[in-house]
Amino acid sequence: MRLEPKPAPSLAATLAYPVAAIAATLVVASLLVLAAGASPFSVFYLVAKGAAGSQFALLETLTRATPLIFTGLAVAVAFRARLWNIGAEAQLYIGAVVTVVLGTGALPLPSGLLIPIIIVAAMAAGALLLAGPAVLKTRFGVDEVVTTLLLNFIVLLFVSMLLEGPLKDPMGLGWPQSSKVIAEAQLPRIIQGKRLHYGFVLALVAAFAMWVVMKKTVLGYEMRAVGHNPEAARFAGIPVNRVLMKTALLSGGLAALAGFSEVAGLKGNLTLDLSPGFGYSGIVVAMLAMLNPLGVVASAIFVAGIFVGADAMSRAAGVPSYIADVMVATALLSMVTAILFSRYRVRWR
Amino acid sequence: MSYTSPTAEPPVLRLSGITKRFGALTANDAISFELNKGEVVALLGENGAGKTTLMNILFGHYVADEGSIEAFGQTLPPGDPKAALAAGIGMVHQHFTLADNMTVLENIALGTESLWRPRLDRASARTRIAKLAADFGLAVNPDARVGALSVGERQRVEILKALYRDARVLILDEPTAVLTPAETEALFRTLKMLVANGLSIIFISHKLGEVMAVSDRVLVLRSGRLAGERATARTTRQELAALMVGQEVKQPAVAPVTRGEALFVMNDVSTSARGAGAALDQVSLTLFAGEIVGLAGVSGNGQAALAGLIAGAERPVSGEMLIAGRAVANWSTRAALDHGIARIPEDRHAVGTIGDMSVTENVISERYRSARFSRHGFLDWKAARNFAEGLIRDYDVKCPSPEARIRLLSGGNMQKLILGRALDPDPAIVLANQPARGLDVGAVAYVHGKLLEARARGAAVLLISEDLDEIMALSDRILVISKGRLSAPSARGERTIGEIGELMAGHLERAA
Repeated sequence: MRLEPKPAPSLAATLAYPVAAIAATLVVASLLVLAAGASPFSVFYLVAKGAAGSQFALLETLTRATPLIFTGLAVAVAFRARLWNIGAEAQLYIGAVVTVVLGTGALPLPSGLLIPIIIVAAMAAGALLLAGPAVLKTRFGVDEVVTTLLLNFIVLLFVSMLLEGPLKDPMGLGWPQSSKVIAEAQLPRIIQGKRLHYGFVLALVAAFAMWVVMKKTVLGYEMRAVGHNPEAARFAGIPVNRVLMKTALLSGGLAALAGFSEVAGLKGNLTLDLSPGFGYSGIVVAMLAMLNPLGVVASAIFVAGIFVGADAMSRAAGVPSYIADVMVATALLSMVTAILFSRYRVRWR
Repeated sequence: MSYTSPTAEPPVLRLSGITKRFGALTANDAISFELNKGEVVALLGENGAGKTTLMNILFGHYVADEGSIEAFGQTLPPGDPKAALAAGIGMVHQHFTLADNMTVLENIALGTESLWRPRLDRASARTRIAKLAADFGLAVNPDARVGALSVGERQRVEILKALYRDARVLILDEPTAVLTPAETEALFRTLKMLVANGLSIIFISHKLGEVMAVSDRVLVLRSGRLAGERATARTTRQELAALMVGQEVKQPAVAPVTRGEALFVMNDVSTSARGAGAALDQVSLTLFAGEIVGLAGVSGNGQAALAGLIAGAERPVSGEMLIAGRAVANWSTRAALDHGIARIPEDRHAVGTIGDMSVTENVISERYRSARFSRHGFLDWKAARNFAEGLIRDYDVKCPSPEARIRLLSGGNMQKLILGRALDPDPAIVLANQPARGLDVGAVAYVHGKLLEARARGAAVLLISEDLDEIMALSDRILVISKGRLSAPSARGERTIGEIGELMAGHLERAA
């Protein structure tokens, strides 16, 4: 058996791959649901209803999708240049730390000034966090999968230390949590009284901006060239290492925005459970979107919908909401397989 | 082993009506031939003529759509390499299939012993190998690690491996591509001994000279069909070439051009050793406007280092480089491009192109930053597409559209795009590293024509090639590289192929 490259698929075929991957995911999930003693159809119906069956459900899904769009973009941008950033989780937390440091009263500025400053600072911190592994990769050939993955744990412990020490909320009754950010540092809600905030709009803007970068700019061209064939890129005079550094800065900055948006838009303060693995789910989101920045929005909403819907479903049907994790993981595996088949045809002889 | 001369025995191999289609392409179209005991049959054809497909069918890697194969009177089951091996068919591939970290002995015996036996029976294997080596002039140390052997020695190991498995039919796929002229001679002697001992050989090649030298009979394949069959003694190179291409082949006409000023000068340049090939050892070289300098040599003797250096991918550790009279600083691929060096890399798939990107994206890869293709960090895709369409038209590139991934193009069309990309701004210096390798005759003539055009325009061209015929036909001056050092140059026609072959084998001191 061997793989042969095949012509670029049409747009319809390109869209068919994620659909096929999702269909395969549903089949696998059905088996688990059956094993749990429930009907797959009613469970999927309940998941869909819980994700999008009401205004409340829909807004909740979009709220949950917001950080996933940022981390999904961070991963999509990095993976496009074949920089394997598995550390979006760490970059997210660093972004959140900066938001809390600057947003809890240290800078008494009006909203219009304070929020942009925090955004820039948070992005810079996330960018710097990924710059380390990128330098190690380009200078010494250290595998960034290892360094970025391990940084996740280091940063989480660092945040834990901060929350027990300098950033600990004096009014927090001893809980490891930071103080709330001041009103000027908060992102307003899009609809009064609902949880969806302007972080979602920021995420949409970021996705569009990344689409422009990848499609229209010199940097995007360089990133794709480096990702597809670094040796040929180097031969053509493309400064491969510099492109990888720029990619790392961009990716780290995007992931840090997820942390900023969660703190400033939703939670208000920093806790150790700020992210239930948004950084890791970003990998699924990016792969489902086939690394397309606009696709990231759709796939982030899809993945968020599964999590939100599964919560509602588990209350109604008694099937554990862990099914959501299984579905998301299966979706990643089937998507990776689908991408393979989109680019290669299998010859048995 | 039977020691009989070829007689009117039944053929050892009979292929009848072999047809193989890949989609719309018919790779083999009703091919029939017989191989007799004790003869060398050359399978001659351009790249893509169907030689390799045919051998893969014979060896059981592919299943033919139609037709059948008989070996020694028995029909071979289709698609069964084991049956082919058992029937005594051995194959020496173009790219060797040896394990570098194991010894010659282990490589040869590998796979012939039962998996259940805990240890190799070295003593008996050693005696058999020694006997085979002595019988057929295949001297090689059985305890040497394969990774430490020269290419010629590795090929001997491959042949020994086939003989060790009692091969009665030996298929050699482009066996001389990696050999020096002297090693080729030795191989041919071995082949003669093998046929004298009753083996039969299929010799796959696209080099006419070798086919004339070694074969008894020639089968010419052209676009999947058997274009002709000739007894070697009763044919000529011209006739075979015409059969191969389907038309008369013309040698490129090399018009005299007066040589101009020195455009590129290297003085005592050395590079650091990297990878498999030799590093440059105090190499001095001058390229003049309006001349083609041919660099001959056996692969791995420093060509890669020299090409990398001129292309900007490597930096000198000592010595100086001057372009248009000025010493270069901060040497890089970008600097090479900025100095007007056009580069045609050796490996068009891995280095020359980015397979998963489109034709348009590939043709701008060296100059996407110029004002022509980008402004304020944004690419001008319209200009890029126009450029790609222009190249496709001017260079007669067959491709579905400028948006097609370049991976889907044939080698010849890919090479035309690389040429177009490199030669578009009328470069002063052209570095062509194996520019015609793996191309069919038509594309080769095209590439050569373009290099001669550049020379006529006043460019300095360095042609690196392992194909001596190519070097001899195009070069105004010929240099030979061996172990990282250059021979003294010789003018067109000054040295014979034999003399150059001797230089290639490393006898540089005789040159001075």
